[in-house]
Amino acid sequence: MDKFTVLTAVAAPLPEENIDTDKIIPARFLKTTKRSGLGVHAFDSMRYRPDGTENPDFVLNQEPYRKAEILITYDNLGCGSSREHAPWALLDFGIRCVIAPSFADIFNNNCFKNGILPIALPRDVCTQLMEEARQGANSRLTVDLARQVIVRPDGQEVPFDVDPLRRQLLLEGLDDIGQTLQHEKAITTFEQRRAKAQPWIPHIVLD
Amino acid sequence: MAPRTLFDKIWDSHVVETLPDKTAILYIDRHLVHEVTSPQAFEGLRLSGRRLRHPDATIAVVDHNVPTSDRTLPIEEADSRNQIETLERNVREFGVPYFPLLSARQGIVHVVGPEQGISLPGMTIVCGDSHTSTHGALGALAFGIGTSEVEHVMATQTILQKPAKNMKVVVEGQVGPGVTAKDIMLAIIGHIGTAGGTGHVIEFAGSAIRDLDMAGRMTICNMSIEAGARAGLVAPDETTFEYVRGRPFAPKGEAFDEAVAYWKTLASDEGAHYDRVVELRAEDITPVLTWGTSPETVIPVTGNVPDPASEADPSRRAQMQRMLDYMGLEAGQKIAGTPVDVVFIGSCTNSRIEDLRAAASIAAGRKVAPGVRAMIVPGSGIVKAQAEEEGLDKVFLEAGFEWREAGCSMCLGMNPDRLTPGQRCASTSNRNFEGRQGPGGRTHLLSPAMAAAAAVTGTLTDVRELI
Repeated sequence: MDKFTVLTAVAAPLPEENIDTDKIIPARFLKTTKRSGLGVHAFDSMRYRPDGTENPDFVLNQEPYRKAEILITYDNLGCGSSREHAPWALLDFGIRCVIAPSFADIFNNNCFKNGILPIALPRDVCTQLMEEARQGANSRLTVDLARQVIVRPDGQEVPFDVDPLRRQLLLEGLDDIGQTLQHEKAITTFEQRRAKAQPWIPHIVLD
Repeated sequence: MAPRTLFDKIWDSHVVETLPDKTAILYIDRHLVHEVTSPQAFEGLRLSGRRLRHPDATIAVVDHNVPTSDRTLPIEEADSRNQIETLERNVREFGVPYFPLLSARQGIVHVVGPEQGISLPGMTIVCGDSHTSTHGALGALAFGIGTSEVEHVMATQTILQKPAKNMKVVVEGQVGPGVTAKDIMLAIIGHIGTAGGTGHVIEFAGSAIRDLDMAGRMTICNMSIEAGARAGLVAPDETTFEYVRGRPFAPKGEAFDEAVAYWKTLASDEGAHYDRVVELRAEDITPVLTWGTSPETVIPVTGNVPDPASEADPSRRAQMQRMLDYMGLEAGQKIAGTPVDVVFIGSCTNSRIEDLRAAASIAAGRKVAPGVRAMIVPGSGIVKAQAEEEGLDKVFLEAGFEWREAGCSMCLGMNPDRLTPGQRCASTSNRNFEGRQGPGGRTHLLSPAMAAAAAVTGTLTDVRELI
């Protein structure tokens, strides 16, 4: 996983609520056994017309948003399926940070696990950031994770909250399996205690 | 000890360790694996040289991609075949128990788990699929997780999570004729919205929930995720214990009695704290369906499609208009009488034997309307065999329905069962998102009985007219 420290980038405004994971990456593109290569299908139904050509009205098909690394939307971004293909598709497109008033829980988790920073901000702040983002290339945002601020084009700073453990993992680019395995002894102790207390819990063994 | 909720009790009993920032290392009793969200996780284990910690707490099944036509033929879609073969290689390499495509035990993972007694009350259960919430019907804490977490569970038998907030949805009273678990849950989602449960685990309570059989409770918990919740729960009771008794992987004999004694301690304590409580009266719930492309767009089947002009917020108004355009509906029109092209009865929400019986009771002695394609996709090979034993297959076939093999099928269109652009579908599945059942497809979510009513009339219909 790539570290996330300071990101200065173009932000794409997508003023919609309830953008579901089927919209971010439709199910027919989930038949891959890899994590990479999904960027071309990100937002497929919004980005392409039925004949496969680009829809010029869609923000990510416009300059400078083709190179956007920040996406701003309204409430409940990433609702629906648990598919991690959604953050994989965003990441492969180039998105490293998503800003919205709220996120669906599983999508929020999946972002952190892939080096994408989800930032929850009040709806009116999202609206302001979207308006600034519409100014295009001269209107980049800087997201500073260590300081937990977004620096707006005029230099004003917007503070944000992030879970301390997740912040640390992002700053260092660490995956959490290694972290958890440092607690392996506690897991083993738990298993032994439980096997004694609830011996009826069956093991799944097929004939 | 302070009074605790069902969620608190299951949570507390699975915390291995609490990290300084209150994140818990939470022990996982059951990990359900399928072909779509696991390949990258197995690959991750392989690359890091890690083993799968507990194959004996893991079960794999193929469901999302599989064709629901003749299983003895080769799988035509190369990328689907590749995912299925990849899973088969992975379960062999890591020693994971697996129900293959040609096994009668194969089916949708959320039908198979409870049916086999693999999912049990009081357990923590995860799967790389958001509808894992289904298993909460047993009184198990069941989360949908992403692929990175799938790998984490494989390697550590735990997940990292902070405790959820407690929410209680109470439905008291008795539902009227033609009103099913699906109608109750759609009514709840219509009431609280698709983000209404975000950050919460919802416990469903009240007499209308207790009166449901296990299939109905599974329908309710299944769609907790459509209300944005992390999980759904119903307290285990006699209905639960009778359901679990005798299932292949459930405890037997004395072990079962011991388990029941423990499960009886799980119900929420009197006076336990809920962060949010929502109450609905069962009598107020009618047969419902969705008109738009979000599961919260619920209206009574006797109702009218809403008018975007009534929405004050401009971005919301525009979004509503886009939904109407996508769905091919006019503001204010009556929803009943709208012609359908396809009827899909199946999915982890509504493909159990009870669902098929409800659909068959409407289909019996009637014919699928001309020009309508109506398909029945049982949730598992076991459900299919049971239905055939009861003669339901004949009822459906005589009425002109297709009788297919088990899988996720047209719920998400990863296999060849897809809508074509513009087709309108009455569907017992769980999501009506744009393109969910096929690019350009239009989905109306409803109950199995309402779906059967749409099939035989050719239009969205109030099932009460056919009872």
